[in-house]
Amino acid sequence: MIAVFFTAVVQLLLLLTVAPLVSGLIKTLKARLQVRRGPGILQPYHDLHKLFRKGMVLPDTASWIFTATPYVVFSATAIAGLMIPMISAKAPLGLFGGVLAVVYLLGLGRFFLALAGLDTGSSFGGLGSSREMTIAALAEPAMMLAVFTVAIGANSTSLSEIAKVATSTTWHFLAPAQMLAFAALFLVLIAETGRIPVDNPATHLELTMIHEAMILEYSGPYLGLLEWGASIKQLLLMTLLINAFLPFGLHSKWSLGGLLISLVYLLLKLLVLAASIVLVETTNAKMRFFRVPDLLAMAFTLAALGLVSTFLF
Amino acid sequence: MGSPHPFLVSALLAFLAGAVSGLVTWRRPAAARVVAFAFAVLGSLLLLVAAFRALAHPSSAISSLPLVTLFPCTVRLDPLSAWFTLTLALLALAVSVYSFGYLRPMERTRNLGALGFFYNALLLGLALVFTAANAFFFLSAWEVMAVSAFCLVVFEHEKAETRSAAIVYIIMSHAGTVMMLAAFLLLAASAGSVDFAAFHLLASKLPPAEQGAVFLLFFAGFGVKAGIVPLHVWLPDAHPVAPSNVSALMSGIVIKCGIYGMARVFFDFFGPPPLWTGTLVLAVGVVTALVGVLYALQEHDLKRLLAYHSIENIGIIVMGFGAALMFRALGHPNLAAIAIVGALYHTLNHAIFKGLLFLAAGSVVQSVRTRNMEEMGGLVRRMPGTALFFLIGAIAISGLPPLNGFVSEWLTYQALLAGFGTTHSLTRLMFPIAGALLALTAALAAACFVKAFGIPFLALPRSEAAATAQEAEPAMRYAMALLAAACFVLGLGATWILPVFDSITQQALGVPISSSLLAHGIALQAGTPQSGTVSPAGIALVFLALAGTAVYLVNRRLRHARVATGPAWDCGLPGLTSDNEYTATAFSKPLRLIFSAFYRPRREIRPEYEVSPYYPSVIRFESGIEATFEKRLYDPLKDWVFGLSRRMRAIQAGSIHAYLAYIFVTLILLLLFGVRQ
Repeated sequence: MIAVFFTAVVQLLLLLTVAPLVSGLIKTLKARLQVRRGPGILQPYHDLHKLFRKGMVLPDTASWIFTATPYVVFSATAIAGLMIPMISAKAPLGLFGGVLAVVYLLGLGRFFLALAGLDTGSSFGGLGSSREMTIAALAEPAMMLAVFTVAIGANSTSLSEIAKVATSTTWHFLAPAQMLAFAALFLVLIAETGRIPVDNPATHLELTMIHEAMILEYSGPYLGLLEWGASIKQLLLMTLLINAFLPFGLHSKWSLGGLLISLVYLLLKLLVLAASIVLVETTNAKMRFFRVPDLLAMAFTLAALGLVSTFLF
Repeated sequence: MGSPHPFLVSALLAFLAGAVSGLVTWRRPAAARVVAFAFAVLGSLLLLVAAFRALAHPSSAISSLPLVTLFPCTVRLDPLSAWFTLTLALLALAVSVYSFGYLRPMERTRNLGALGFFYNALLLGLALVFTAANAFFFLSAWEVMAVSAFCLVVFEHEKAETRSAAIVYIIMSHAGTVMMLAAFLLLAASAGSVDFAAFHLLASKLPPAEQGAVFLLFFAGFGVKAGIVPLHVWLPDAHPVAPSNVSALMSGIVIKCGIYGMARVFFDFFGPPPLWTGTLVLAVGVVTALVGVLYALQEHDLKRLLAYHSIENIGIIVMGFGAALMFRALGHPNLAAIAIVGALYHTLNHAIFKGLLFLAAGSVVQSVRTRNMEEMGGLVRRMPGTALFFLIGAIAISGLPPLNGFVSEWLTYQALLAGFGTTHSLTRLMFPIAGALLALTAALAAACFVKAFGIPFLALPRSEAAATAQEAEPAMRYAMALLAAACFVLGLGATWILPVFDSITQQALGVPISSSLLAHGIALQAGTPQSGTVSPAGIALVFLALAGTAVYLVNRRLRHARVATGPAWDCGLPGLTSDNEYTATAFSKPLRLIFSAFYRPRREIRPEYEVSPYYPSVIRFESGIEATFEKRLYDPLKDWVFGLSRRMRAIQAGSIHAYLAYIFVTLILLLLFGVRQ
């Protein structure tokens, strides 16, 4: 009980501190690849610090939903983060939920975020909500199918169990089912975290934004909570991808030395994954909104092929 | 605790008394509202006790109880019956309390005595459908239920829309009854009795062709009532036109009669069935869920939207049944038990949250006097209680943690996932694909409920009526609060409730299930501790701790900061009005375009001009989607039936000699038939 509490606190602190770092890393890498200097890698920390110090302006059309949303998004995402194996194959809150709970907790956050977008009464909010829910609805089956492929391999939806099975079988990730599922989940990751070619996190151009449109009216600490939540979600999905498919270096016990090694491995793998996201973002143009379903259909097909391939290999 | 029978009989008597009191107060609406619905509340409470007792002591209630000695009117509260009776009692209790407040404005204009009569008759019919112990009594109760539901649907009969919806309903309902009747006759012929006890495992002993016929007849017959695709077309028309308290019963429990019938047939009358039955049921479930949610997304009539979601949820329940049938055929009773528990738990959960949503929608419709979402908006300020309850229902129906919808969907996912390992044939691909499509359904449902809550309740009012809406009466709010609380209890307390299913799965499959569903007392697991766990209560606890901390820290910060309110960004135009808001049509537009192959959307823009086409004075815009099932399936069928009856007219010459000849020929044929036997 105390051990669970302790590990949960450690992982929570890790999530809170590493998440902005990954966002900063992606921004810096992207700038470098585009031969810009870009903001420093620590910029997201400065942004959060600034946002939490500021006052804020609430739209006069908004109701309590607008106020509740940042807390719901932040908390739901953080709990989901505690259910994934991060620096140990045993997730702190693994008993409280596996991969299904993670997906649905992210869904809870999204549900409230979309409501908050509508709550302001501004057209942009509604536009963002509508698009976000559409993309999420299309990403969900692809994500689930890819997750199922992994879960079936491990015979479990518990992420700790999946990571344990993955660590115990060497070169498991070279199986075609795993590789196809990985590719599908990578596409879903791009869509879910609002990256180019699905959404542009850097834009404030009305007609192209999705996530930014929903949070357009937020300011100060509330905006801080939402930004922080978004970067935790990004870290969470990246970690999920890493530890379900490429779990080498992941220790299965909570011991200090093991954890430090796991942490180093995790950071290295995050660096590689961030670099590949940056590569995708830099080499692609943002898609027209109605082309996004094709991308997600491709992810679904890849995941389905992964399942079918279990018959062949 | 003792036998549930005294409580069951008193509940039935209370509903009977309620119906009689409706007749007595036929011309006194004020008295009818109080007396008839007080009896309904009393009956629901008694029924609740009976169901609890039956579930607590399953063995005491298995024996059947003759109600009247003349006819074979026997009732039996076995665990499966008790589960559906519990569902009925909970929902009926809330809806009856709600009716006290909801019907008050109708006292001047409506015959509430008639409403009270049919309402109690419906509850009586439902209670008997769930408890009847033989086919004869079951079909009689079924007719009481179907006909009183028809009378309630047609209650506001002055609208043409209501009349046509009710007639389609009663025709389809009877077509379903005919199929059930045929199937029961096949079984009875083989059993030599109409007792359900004699039907136990009987269907599997029939020859394969007859077995298939019985299965299909039952599936289609009960499917009409449940609203499976393509037999669903009556449902989205009939449910919304009824008064909202009746809509809640219709969507919450009346369609569950079909589910009850399926459960009774699939897991009581049938032993391990052939594999194709499960495959068929699972496929139908997936299609039903998807079609239901896709139509719901394009619906801007609040009550029709909810009716389409009933189809979706029936699909999810039927998916569970399909998986259970497949597991039985493949010889995995434990997995079948998980699938059944998921489906039956979802049956109760859907009754609770759909009841809640319909009651909240009823409050809104009564206050705003329209069902069109585009004329609502901003109601969260005018009707804060109703808005909160609708939101809870919306979260529950979207399957989001930690409420009850999440638990039953989680169980269904787990059953589907485990299915992959049960066979090596290609059939196993069905399970994860069905799981992925369930995920699509759930995500689309969440999108739909963002719309269904966001457009009517948030932002600025879109009409005068919405701007001056009044909060619902206390009785209505108590009823909604009861159901909202049930959403939490059934979600957070799932680990305490699931042991109830032991007796049900024991009866159906011979395996108790709770020991393989509970992990460490606080979490649910799917079969084994390794296969995945979830704890809604744990999630809620951690959520509260995290959110509480965040609220505390942010508010401590904000104490020293300036918090102002200002206008929302309106593109620099002066003043944000409701015209700037995103509409329900706009919200669902992306999905309309993406799924255009399914919807076949049509849109028409007609500019009208006086001088030059460049200066239109009026632009008319119309958009809609094709009613595919009506147009491509039912219209040809209707034409065929009409064509046939036109040709039949030839023998209806009107001559008495011809009719005498018909009678004579019929008599001869019957005699010949009799002699041959």
